[in-house]
Amino acid sequence: MKQLLTHLRAYRRDCILAPLFKMLEAIFELFVPLVVAAIIDRGIEGEQTAVIWQMGGILVALGLIGLACSVTAQYFAARAAVGSAASLRHALFAHIQSLSYTELDQIGTATLITRMTADVNQVQSGVNLVLRLFLRSPFIVFGAMIMAFTVDLPSALVFVVTIPALSVVVFGIMCWSIPRLGQVQSGLDRVLGSTRENLLGARVIRAFGREDAEREAFDDRNRALTALQLKVGRVSALMNPLTYVIVNLAVIALVQTGALRVDNGMLTQGQVVALYNYMSQILVELIKLANLIITVNKSLACAGRINAVFGVRSSMPIAERPAESGDPQAPAVEFRGVSFAYAGAAEPSLAQLDLSVPRGQTVGIIGGTGSGKTTLVNLIPRFYDATAGEVRIDGRNVRDYATAALRHKIGVVPQKAMLFAGTVRDNLLWGAHEGDATDDAALWRALELAQAREIVEKKAGGLDAYIAQNGRNLSGGQRQRLTIARALVGRPDILILDDSASALDYATDAALRQSLRTLTDTTTFIVSQRAASVRHADQIVVLEDGEVAGIGTHDSLLRDCPTYAEIYYSQFEKEEK
Amino acid sequence: MMKLTRSSSTLRTVLRRLRRYRWQIALTLLFAALQVASALYVPILVGRAIDCIVAPGQVDFSAIGALLITVGVITAVGALAQWLMNLTNNAITFHTVQDMRRDAFRKIQILPLSYLDQHPAGEIVSRVIADVDQFADGLLMGFTQLFTGVITIVGTIGFMLSIHPGIALIVVLITPLSLFVAAFIARRTHTFFRAQAEARGAQTALVDEMIGGQKVVQAFGMEDRVLDRFSDVNEALRAASLKAIFFSSLTNPCTRFVNSMVYAAVGIVGAFVAIGGGLSVGGLTIFLSYANQYTKPFNEISGVITELQNALTCAARVIALIDEVPQTPDADDAHVLDTPAGAVELRDVAFSYTPDRPLIEGLNLTVKPGQRVAIVGPTGCGKTTLINLLMRFYDVNSGAISVDGHDIRTVTRHSLRRSYGMVLQETWLKAGTIRDNIVMGRPDATDEEVIAAAKAAHAHSFIKRLPDGYNTVIGEDGGALSQGQKQLLCITRVMLCLPPMLILDEATSSIDTRTEQKIQSAFATLTAGHTAFIVAHRLSTIREADVILVMKDGHVIEQGSHESLLAQKGFYYTLYRSQFAQ
Repeated sequence: MKQLLTHLRAYRRDCILAPLFKMLEAIFELFVPLVVAAIIDRGIEGEQTAVIWQMGGILVALGLIGLACSVTAQYFAARAAVGSAASLRHALFAHIQSLSYTELDQIGTATLITRMTADVNQVQSGVNLVLRLFLRSPFIVFGAMIMAFTVDLPSALVFVVTIPALSVVVFGIMCWSIPRLGQVQSGLDRVLGSTRENLLGARVIRAFGREDAEREAFDDRNRALTALQLKVGRVSALMNPLTYVIVNLAVIALVQTGALRVDNGMLTQGQVVALYNYMSQILVELIKLANLIITVNKSLACAGRINAVFGVRSSMPIAERPAESGDPQAPAVEFRGVSFAYAGAAEPSLAQLDLSVPRGQTVGIIGGTGSGKTTLVNLIPRFYDATAGEVRIDGRNVRDYATAALRHKIGVVPQKAMLFAGTVRDNLLWGAHEGDATDDAALWRALELAQAREIVEKKAGGLDAYIAQNGRNLSGGQRQRLTIARALVGRPDILILDDSASALDYATDAALRQSLRTLTDTTTFIVSQRAASVRHADQIVVLEDGEVAGIGTHDSLLRDCPTYAEIYYSQFEKEEK
Repeated sequence: MMKLTRSSSTLRTVLRRLRRYRWQIALTLLFAALQVASALYVPILVGRAIDCIVAPGQVDFSAIGALLITVGVITAVGALAQWLMNLTNNAITFHTVQDMRRDAFRKIQILPLSYLDQHPAGEIVSRVIADVDQFADGLLMGFTQLFTGVITIVGTIGFMLSIHPGIALIVVLITPLSLFVAAFIARRTHTFFRAQAEARGAQTALVDEMIGGQKVVQAFGMEDRVLDRFSDVNEALRAASLKAIFFSSLTNPCTRFVNSMVYAAVGIVGAFVAIGGGLSVGGLTIFLSYANQYTKPFNEISGVITELQNALTCAARVIALIDEVPQTPDADDAHVLDTPAGAVELRDVAFSYTPDRPLIEGLNLTVKPGQRVAIVGPTGCGKTTLINLLMRFYDVNSGAISVDGHDIRTVTRHSLRRSYGMVLQETWLKAGTIRDNIVMGRPDATDEEVIAAAKAAHAHSFIKRLPDGYNTVIGEDGGALSQGQKQLLCITRVMLCLPPMLILDEATSSIDTRTEQKIQSAFATLTAGHTAFIVAHRLSTIREADVILVMKDGHVIEQGSHESLLAQKGFYYTLYRSQFAQ
C-alpha cells in the first residue's frame, strides 16, 4: 500500500481531478429529482408550459454536463491508474534485479512473475475503480440525504434511519463473506491441486494402484468446496431481498409522512415525488459501493503481496569503499575456512573448505549429487555470501569488490544452459563488458574455443541467426557450447564451468578441455560428475555431503582418497587402466 | 453449420445434465417471475398513492393506507421470492459444478494414457476448474438474468402501455439507442484492447524470460541493460493500456447519457400529457421510475448473451472431456494376479503410437522368474515404450504379453500394476510430506520401515537434513529437492513396498555414478529372486544383469550376457566402446 502511494504521488493532480469530476457528475445527478418536482408542482399543477420546457431543457443540460464531467473523470482516473501501475512495475522489476540468489531462491521466480503481471494488473483496476467510484457512491448516498433535508425535515428523518440500516445489511454481509470467499478460493485450489496431481502423476498413481484413494481425496475436497460455496451463498442470497425490503419500507414511511405533510400544506406533491426518487438513487449506489469494495479488497491483497516483495531486501551487504583491483602476486582464488548453509537449511552444504588456486590453474570439482559442488563455485562470483570464513580473489575478500567489477572478472557457465530470445550475437555480447573486443573476430574466437563454431556456421545468418527463448531451437549440447562461448567473450580471469559439458559426447568434451587448456592466464574451475572431465586438472577437490573428502592431483587422490577412487573405478574399468 | 450442430448437441447434453434439476429450475423461474412482478408493481402502487396526495385537504388517507399495506405485502412476497430464487440457483449451480467435476475426475482416472500424453495437463486442469466454473456461472446465472430481463422488459412495456401508450412508445423507441452506443464503443475499443493485449504479451514474455533467468542476468551483470529494455516495453504497455482503458470506460457514461435523455423526454412529454389530463402525477412518477428501470435489463442482456455463448463453449470443452472414450474396462472375470512368480513373456508384439510410424515390431522375449533384464539402445529405440506396454499403460497392437502365463489383457490392471515396482525417468512427487510420498505403495508402513527403506535407497541422509526430516512438506514438483534427491525418493517409494517385479526406467540417469552404484548394490540384494527390467544409458550400471536386451528401432537385435555380447563384437560392442572413447 505504501509503495503504491509513492507511485500515485506522481499522478497527484489526476488523483484529485478524477474524483472531483465524478463528484460534479454526482451533484448534477442529485439535481434531477428537484427539477422533476418543479415540473410537477409548477408545470403541471400550475399549468405553465414554459416551465416544462425550461425544466426539460435543464434535464437535457444536466445530462450533457454529467456526460462531460464523467468523461473527464474517466480520463484522469485511467491515466493515474495506468501510469502508477507502470511505474510500480518498473520499480518492482528494478527491485527484483537487486535481489541476491538467496532471496531469489526463497521467493521463487514463478511467484515473482505473477507479482509483476497479474498482481500489478489487479492493482491497476483497483486504483482506476477507486478513483471513479469511491467518492461518487458515498457522495450520492449522503448527497441524497442532504437534498432530502433541504426538501423536508421530517421526511428526511426517514433517510437518516434507512441509510444506516442499508449500510449494515450491505456491509455486514460483505464483511462476513469476504474472508469466506478466500476460503472458497483455497477450497478450489485444493480441488485444482488434486486434479493436476492426477494428471501429472497418472503413471505413478496407476502403477501403485492408488486410484481409489485419490478419488476419495478428490471427492472429499470437491464436496467440501460445494458445502463452503453453499454456506457463503446462503448469506449472500440475503443481500438483495433484505435491501429491497428496507428500501420499500422506507418508501412506505416516506409516502405516509409525505401524505401528512402535504395535508398540512408543508409539502407539495412534486416534492414527495422528489423524495421518492432520492430513495431509489440510494439503493443503486450502495450496491455499486459493495461491489467496489470486493474489487478493492482483491486489489489490496495484491498490493500487499507486491509490497511483501519490496520488503525483501538483498541479504548481501555492499562494499562501502569497493576495491578496483587486487594483488597480482596473490593466489587467483582462495578459500579460507569457508562454510556455507542455505537459508533455512539445517546443515551446511559446504563445510570448512581451505583451497588456494594460483593463477592459470585448472581445478576439478567432483562429488555426488548434493555434495556441494555448485555451492562451492557459486561463492566465487559472490552469488551467495559464505556463512563463515572468506573467499578471496587476487588476495582480496570478494565482499570488498563492487559486485559488478567482481563479476566482470569471472565468466560463469551455469548448470542450466540458459539462452535468451535474440540473435547469437546478442547472446554472446552478454559476456562482453566495456572495453572488451566485440567485433566478429572476437566472437568467432570465443565460439571456436567453446567448440561451437560449427553450430553457428551451420545456422542461416551465422552470428545473426535467431535463438528462441531459452534456446528452444537448439539441442542441449548446442546450448551448452554457446553458453560456454558467451562466458569466454569477455576473456574472464576466472572461468567457471558448472557441469556444463554434461550433454556433450566424450569426444567433444575432450576437445573442449583441450582448447580451454590454451587459455594459460585463465584460472578455470570445472565441476563435473565425470572423472574423465577432471582427471587432468592441476588440483581436484573431492566433495562428499558438503565435506572435503580430498584435494590433490588425480594420481595422489587415486592413491589416498577412497571416495575418489570409488568414483573413478565406477566409471573406468580397473583392468582397462 | 458444423459449429451450429456442435453447439446444439452441447446444448442437448447440458439440458440432459440439468434434467435432474428440472423441478428446481421450474421453481426458480417461478420465483423470478414473482420477484419481477413485485418490482414492477410497487412503483404503480406508489404512483397511485401519490395521486391521492394532491394538496392540503385533498389527501385520501384511507386509500393511501390500503395502498401502502399492499406495497408491504407485495414487497414481502417479492423479497421472499428473490431469496428463494437465489437459494435455488445456488443449489443448482454448485451441485451441477460438483457433479461435473466428479465426472470429469473419474474420467481422467480411466482415460487411456495415450490421451493424457497428448494433452497438456494445464489444458485439462483448466477444463475441470475454470471451464466448469464459467459454465455454471454463465449458464445458470445468465439464464435467470436473461429470463428476469425479458420479463422485466415485457412487463414494463405492458404496464406502460396500460397507463399511456404514447409515452410508452417514446421509451420503447429511444432506449435501444444505448445498446447501439455500447456496441459502437465496443467495436472501436476492440482495436485498442488488441494493442493492449499485444503490449502485455510482449511484456510478459520479457518478464518471464528475464526473471526466469535472473541468476544469469546477474552473473553477467546485465541488470541495467535488461532494465532499459523493460522500460521500453513498460512504456509501450502504459500507452496502449491508457487508450484501451479510457475508451472502454466511455460505455457507462454514454449509456447513462442516453438514459437521462429518455428520462428528460418522458418528463417533458409526460408533463404536457398531464396538463391535458391524459396522465396523473402518479402516472408520470411511474413512468419516470420505469424509464430508469427499463434501460437496465437492456444493458444487461447484451452482456448476458455473450456470457451464455461463453458458457456453452466452456460446457462443450468439459463435455468433450467427460465424453472421451475411456480405456477398455477390465473384464468382469479378469484374473487377479497375486504375488506372481514373475515369468514374463512377449510374443510377436507390435506397437506404434501413430499408425503411420511403426515402432515396435515382432518383439519376442521370455523372462524367467527372478531374472534381471537390462535393456539398452540408442534414444528412441523403444525402451520407454516397452515399459508402457509391460505396465499396460498402452495396449499392444498385435501379439501378446503375459505374466505367469496370463495374457495381461485378461488380468485386472490394478493387480498387474501392483505386481510391478516402477521408477520412472520423470520423477513425480505429490504435494505432501516426504513420508506421504514414500508410503504411497504401502500406506500402513511403520516409521521404522520407512526409515529402513530410505536407508536402503541412500535417501535417509539427505532426508534427515531437511528442516522437518520425514515430515518436511514438499510442493507438487518436489520443491527445493534436487533432481537426484527426487529420484532417490521415488526409489525409496518402491523399496518400501517391493513388489515381485521391478521396472527401472533410466531412473538413475541424473544421479552421479557413485550414488548410482550404491543404489545398484542395494537393488541387487533386494531384487534377489525378483524379476527386474532395467533401462539405462550407462552400460556400467547394467553389467550385472542376467540378460541384456539390445534394442534398436523397435527390435531386439542382440540378446545375451555382457561378456557374450562383447564377444559378438556387434552393436552392443560398438555402443560399449563409444561410452569410454577417450
